Amino acid sequence: MRHIISILIENEAGALSRVAGLFSARGYNIESLSVAPTEDASLSRMTLVTRGSEEIVEQITKQLNKLVDVVKLLDLTEGAHIEREMMLIKVRASSGSERDEVKRLSDIFRGNIIDVSRTSYVIELTGDSNKLDSFIQALGEITILETVRCGSMGIARGEKSLHL
Amino acid sequence: MELSGAEILVQFLKDEGVECVFGYPGGSVLHIYDELYKQEEIKHILVRHEQAAAHAADGYARTSGKPGVVLVTSGPGVTNAVTGIATAYMDSIPMVVITGQVPTAVIGSDAFQEVDTVGITRPCSKHNFLVKDARDIATTLKKAFHLATTGRPGPVVVDIPKDVTDPNVKVPYSYPETISMRSYNPKIKGNARQIRRAVQLILSAKRPIIYSGGGVILSGAANSLTELTRMLNIPITSTLMGLGGYPATDRQFLGMLGMHGTYEANMAMHECDVLIAIGARFDDRVTGKIEQFCPNARIVHIDIDPASISKTVKVDVPIVGDVDSVLTEMLQLMRNTDSELNQVELKQWWELIAKWRATDCLAYDHDSDLIKPQYVVEKLWEITGGDAFVSTDVGQHQMWAAQFYKFDKPNRFVTSGGLGTMGFGLPAAMGIQFANPDSNVACITGEGSIQMCIQELSTCFQYMLPLKIVNLNNRYLGMVRQWQEFFYGSRYSHSYMDALPDFVKLAESYGHVGIRIENPADVEGALKEAFALKERLVFLDFITDQTENVYPMIAAGKAHHEMEMSPKSVLI
Repeated sequence: MRHIISILIENEAGALSRVAGLFSARGYNIESLSVAPTEDASLSRMTLVTRGSEEIVEQITKQLNKLVDVVKLLDLTEGAHIEREMMLIKVRASSGSERDEVKRLSDIFRGNIIDVSRTSYVIELTGDSNKLDSFIQALGEITILETVRCGSMGIARGEKSLHL
Repeated sequence: MELSGAEILVQFLKDEGVECVFGYPGGSVLHIYDELYKQEEIKHILVRHEQAAAHAADGYARTSGKPGVVLVTSGPGVTNAVTGIATAYMDSIPMVVITGQVPTAVIGSDAFQEVDTVGITRPCSKHNFLVKDARDIATTLKKAFHLATTGRPGPVVVDIPKDVTDPNVKVPYSYPETISMRSYNPKIKGNARQIRRAVQLILSAKRPIIYSGGGVILSGAANSLTELTRMLNIPITSTLMGLGGYPATDRQFLGMLGMHGTYEANMAMHECDVLIAIGARFDDRVTGKIEQFCPNARIVHIDIDPASISKTVKVDVPIVGDVDSVLTEMLQLMRNTDSELNQVELKQWWELIAKWRATDCLAYDHDSDLIKPQYVVEKLWEITGGDAFVSTDVGQHQMWAAQFYKFDKPNRFVTSGGLGTMGFGLPAAMGIQFANPDSNVACITGEGSIQMCIQELSTCFQYMLPLKIVNLNNRYLGMVRQWQEFFYGSRYSHSYMDALPDFVKLAESYGHVGIRIENPADVEGALKEAFALKERLVFLDFITDQTENVYPMIAAGKAHHEMEMSPKSVLI
């Protein structure tokens, strides 16, 4: 099963490699990993998407908690939560029909075209991973020149929050 | 007080109460060594190879109750020490490893003797640090000692670039009395509800057994474990790492369990209905085939490391906490409860165990013309009154040491259980002797293992360490040979130790006493002679039976009740 795990971790050099190293050393999957400092500059927030049986995910959370730099951890999958991922996608848009089609699709998916050249568009799109996948599929015949995705971020719904 | 980084480091170690440091100098730790030269409070032990520094600190830590401290230089100093760090990590031994690093300005430039120490040691240490400012040395070292010695102990590496210990850069120093880390708060006290549930489950058992591990030793819980076991009058078995946690000569002790455990211990595991796992981690050498592990048991598991619980075997009553703290609370509950174990069932359980014991599973040939390795260990146990500190290397001799030297006290048996590091025994014995200068220290080893850190005989001479090296020399990598005999059609691929040195002359050339023993009749006399030489290291080279195997044995992938038995044991 897919799990999305949020981690508050000391914002120190090497913290990210401790998490990444743990996953490779123990043979766990990382589907995506995103990390950035929080409003408290001494802490980073990491969102990690992984897959595994209940036993494996239990071990993953325990092993993550065991890392000295990990301050707090929450498996968002255990409750209601919101998940977002951002994608920047560069597509060929040279002919009039291509440009129209891309513009229309982007609107349907509530994306923004944030860069325009004579032959290409860059679209910014946010949503859960499924939505981004669907957009890529919907592009159909349109040539994708480049995609960049930030990996999932997540937050629990309601009062529940991951903080110190 | 304004001090240089090197002065701070040495002053900190004094303030922390460190008495001895195991190390080896080199370019990037020269500032630190210059400070060590100027003082006498901290004793520096010069080893002959950095691996030995870590093993010696390990042996020191296991038998002194204090963390071991290691000091090595950058690059090869670090990579040599890695085996010792990984060994300590697998066995949860408190250790602080201070490593020199190239100056901060050239880190990452492939400088001379540069290696990514933090990267290399990350997966084999509890935690590690790179100190980039002399002002951070004291707090970082304080964190390192705190991390190494609390919770589930382990080695912590502190990497210090050469410029950070520059004698010309002075910064303020005061000893940090305490340290708090928001991300690190190991749980000591067990959950009261879980402890109650565990007590209920234990008291409802018909065929209970205690399976105790290294956590008992690390937690200092031998007394509470002994009290609990005796109060309940139930059988107890131990892992390799747990030996000495309960007196081995006691009637309730079934011996070690697992791959080379006793018949009675493994059968009792297989037939038990309640398993009480205490400070043990269900290692594959213990569980055998996991699907058939304790098939009828409900399991209580006490461990300080939550990640050890339900890692390989799902347990029914997990208790996260310090073993001694949890056992103390359990004892209190049991004293205050009216319920007790069903004595009729318990009596039947002991009768069943007595039947298994009657197989005499550790029996060996006493009439052989060749020296039996088991006999040597038995005699060693007798002659030292069962009270020596014993380190081992890895292989057959290690198992015979575990089976035949009956440890009645904790912290007496020092062995590389998790990593299985050949070369561990001799340097570990040095560390033990430094921590216990007046005690008998024996290193049980084999001709394969001893050669992996043989250079330390020189260190032993420099410090006049009166170790007794018991070399069970069968001219084979015995455990490899045994597996090849059992599972590879007796094709002894590269397990024969050809071109061995003359160990007697070798010992003598290092300034020690060497004795070769070739007849069973001479074993006892040689051991007595060795231990009578109180001031000298004696290298006892026992030429043993080449074909002897370790029994019982559970082959890989087999369950506890599927043991290969010694031809000498009484089959039932």
